[in-house]
Amino acid sequence: MTAFRLRLGKTPLSWPESYDSDQQPRMGFFTDTSVCIGCKACEVACKEWNEVPDDGLHFSGESFDNTGSLSANSWRHVAFIEQPTRVDGVDAASSDFRWLMSSDVCKHCTHAACLDVCPTGALFRTEFGTVVVQQDVCNGCGYCVPACPFGVIGRRQADDLPQAGNEDVLGLGTTHKCTLCYDRLKDGMEPACAQACPTESIQFGPLEVLRERAQRRVERLQEQGVAEAELYGASPDDGVGGFGAFFLLLDKPEVYGLPPDPIVPTRRLPEIWGAALLAGAALAGSVLAAVAGGRR
Amino acid sequence: MSNGAGSAGPDGSGYRSYYGKPVINEPVWEPVIPAYFFFGGTAGAAATLGLATRLSGNTALARTATYVNAVAIGVSPALLIVDLGRPERFLNMLRMFKVTSPMSLGTWIVTFSGVASGLATSLEVIGRLPRAKLIAEAAAGALGPFLSTYTAALLADTAVPVWHEARRELPFVFAGSSAASAGAACAFVAPPRTARPARRLAIAGAALELTAAGVMERRLGFLAEPYKRGRVGALTTAAKALTTAGALTMLLQGRRQGGAIGAGALLLGGSLAERFAIFRAGLESARDPRYTIVPQRQRVDQRAATPA
Repeated sequence: MTAFRLRLGKTPLSWPESYDSDQQPRMGFFTDTSVCIGCKACEVACKEWNEVPDDGLHFSGESFDNTGSLSANSWRHVAFIEQPTRVDGVDAASSDFRWLMSSDVCKHCTHAACLDVCPTGALFRTEFGTVVVQQDVCNGCGYCVPACPFGVIGRRQADDLPQAGNEDVLGLGTTHKCTLCYDRLKDGMEPACAQACPTESIQFGPLEVLRERAQRRVERLQEQGVAEAELYGASPDDGVGGFGAFFLLLDKPEVYGLPPDPIVPTRRLPEIWGAALLAGAALAGSVLAAVAGGRR
Repeated sequence: MSNGAGSAGPDGSGYRSYYGKPVINEPVWEPVIPAYFFFGGTAGAAATLGLATRLSGNTALARTATYVNAVAIGVSPALLIVDLGRPERFLNMLRMFKVTSPMSLGTWIVTFSGVASGLATSLEVIGRLPRAKLIAEAAAGALGPFLSTYTAALLADTAVPVWHEARRELPFVFAGSSAASAGAACAFVAPPRTARPARRLAIAGAALELTAAGVMERRLGFLAEPYKRGRVGALTTAAKALTTAGALTMLLQGRRQGGAIGAGALLLGGSLAERFAIFRAGLESARDPRYTIVPQRQRVDQRAATPA
């Protein structure tokens, strides 16, 4: 494995150069929630294509959302928000609320915490700039789970599934999340969720193209009077260096269950390791003082 | 709450969320992990104490520290492996060396410490090759402080609010707690006549642990709530009470065997309770979206208020 080869005196190659002639443009999703109709075709298509196992039927009793959140067993999740608000152009007597619907997914961050903290190298960046777990390498240490600032990745536990089965077939004990349909991308196809989306709320393509298109879309919406329309995750200057899968939202991110200002925890590594080293020095100093100190 | 319109107050009142659901995923680690923090931390500080006492000529205490270290590092791999989702793949941990992953670096620290400690202990038992034993003890003793503190870096390098926002203080809590438990364990078993450095280390460690935990809770502000409420609050109080009582007993009665045993037990209990309190506070702060959303919303609002 190349992991054992030290590249002394050379800067290690990172994506996309590390892929040499196999490198591809960075691919991603633009999820335009203003045209999402909450059909959940994306959730179904994702489960079918990726053979994500059935994790039981749960009734939330809160909204049409019975999936709840992204997890090892849900790689697309449609959020439903009912708001007591006037809707422009609609008679006040017949409408005093609006629906917000949004299909959430792994953000495939530029600076991905899951990838940074993974001790086995199971998580890697593909030639498309996406982040994928290698199921045969992951040993289920679970570090990526609390590292993700979005609560995307999860460990698949036997207790969460209604059916029993072979652990390799079901992928038990390892972590799972959206792969941006790595297998389909390799064959020049678009991801299952984007293909299934009937309203083009989920758009797939090269990230640069999507960012330009999203900018035009948000400007157009604002011209039409939808002042609250904003892009979420489209800027490379944010705390994770920009999302590979970003969104157009009609309210604040936290209303959709998204963090308003996510920061990749590894950005603070110098501070974290610095404190650990200092504390280690304090411990060594205490030992020396305890042993060398005069008689009490 | 999901439909509230107000912006968040400094204590997090009036914040908005998606049906009160968590934003980040709760860690899937089991209680064996905080138990490992305790044993691994104790092993690290004991290894360093063992080396320092060996070099100072206190052979009796050096032997005790070597055995304490051996027991503590001996149980550690089992605790770590049993928590894996696929324990049979534990060797995959050694595929890489990644500084961005405190768990990767930690695995290498535990591995080298374990090998060095195993060698030192074996040579101590059979009483042969003193030069090789000293080299093994030196390796374990040099790695010891980092074995005790890397686990704090591991927790800090997550999106869990009470861990990540305590990234500057957490390693000092762990260092203090490790010194206290290692000193306590050695004072517990060693004859009081030779155990003076162990008693001092235990008292100094307890002082560091209590001070750093106090600073941590103060700087966390409202994020420190999980340390003050419910079962985690009780655990935090127990940790402080046990550590304080243990340090005082060690100071006043530690020169008697009975006193050292009582003080040692109190301090070990305090150190263990502290690790569990920190672990459980992290789970609580991951579960409640308020701790994730409110500080981030405040950052965004602050940036919007200050012109670029």
